[in-house]
Amino acid sequence: MSAIPVTRLLHGDVAVGDELADLAYPVTATTVVLGALATRDWRPMHHDKDFAVHRNGTRDIFLNTPNQAAWFERFVTDWTGPYGRLQRMTFRMLGSIFPGDTMVFHGVVTDRGVDETGCGWVALDIAVSVDGEVKTTCQARVALPVTEDDNPWSRHGDRWLP
Amino acid sequence: MSAIGAADIDGLLGVEQYEEEGEFPVEQGYVWSSCSSVENGNPLFWDPEVADEVTGGPIAPPTMVSVWFRPHHWAPDRDTGGLPLQVHFDLKEGLGLPEAVMSDNTIVFHEPVRPGDRLTTRQILRSVSDEKTTRLGTGRFWVIDVEYRNQRGDLVAVESYTGFGYRRPLSTDGGARS
Repeated sequence: MSAIPVTRLLHGDVAVGDELADLAYPVTATTVVLGALATRDWRPMHHDKDFAVHRNGTRDIFLNTPNQAAWFERFVTDWTGPYGRLQRMTFRMLGSIFPGDTMVFHGVVTDRGVDETGCGWVALDIAVSVDGEVKTTCQARVALPVTEDDNPWSRHGDRWLP
Repeated sequence: MSAIGAADIDGLLGVEQYEEEGEFPVEQGYVWSSCSSVENGNPLFWDPEVADEVTGGPIAPPTMVSVWFRPHHWAPDRDTGGLPLQVHFDLKEGLGLPEAVMSDNTIVFHEPVRPGDRLTTRQILRSVSDEKTTRLGTGRFWVIDVEYRNQRGDLVAVESYTGFGYRRPLSTDGGARS
């Protein structure tokens, strides 16, 4: 495999109010089923449309929560590159995402700081929407290098305060 | 499963329950399946040289932590064990609250998870509120932590779930709505 370019977003390059580049993705039944199987979620409402419609009362199968977490992670690390290290994520599910929907991830930097161990972090408010209606929100905090030589992944024990 | 009565709650706060080991070690194939499902091109998961340089070897995406505990769809002679979030179902049953919703959940990430790790999980009840009435009904909020540790005992993640167990309000004809 050819080398993937490595981006390295630094803490000093980020300001409160910065917006991440939106990610728009057309969801298909394959997206939903791939995501369910990749998260070992065998529940039928994530692969069996007949079950979803007649038992859950939804209009189709829908993205499962753990797979949405993987989408949010991807959205954050597309922005930070591999040196970005997630500290925490809080999810709130408001509605379902179905095949045929184009889901759009939007994120904004709400806070930034350096903790007592010298670890730089930024806080993000992220939402995934369909046709302008928010389906899931995710508040995330991610550690970023404070210098070219810094690497949040080298922190362990009492030097990592997520 | 022992039912939890209201009088038992104080004794359960902070107690580690339902310790369980994942059915299989953390594995690289699922890392690729997960990244592929969301088109995650983070070179940490695809380029061993980047993984060596940045994380001291391959790791799994942090958000996959609960994936390693979902049981096989079928396995021979399996002891079915506890449900995920068994404490939540114990509270519903023990407190006589037939309905429940999860309002939000938080994952905090500690040591990275690596292919080959054998993870264990346990559930810890952190708080139970007094009775409150919301538009859903009357019941209690509770917070349950799910801790994940690797085979060395290092904490790798904590998920916190806020649940609200409740009874639906009586309908105007005097019967409970189903």
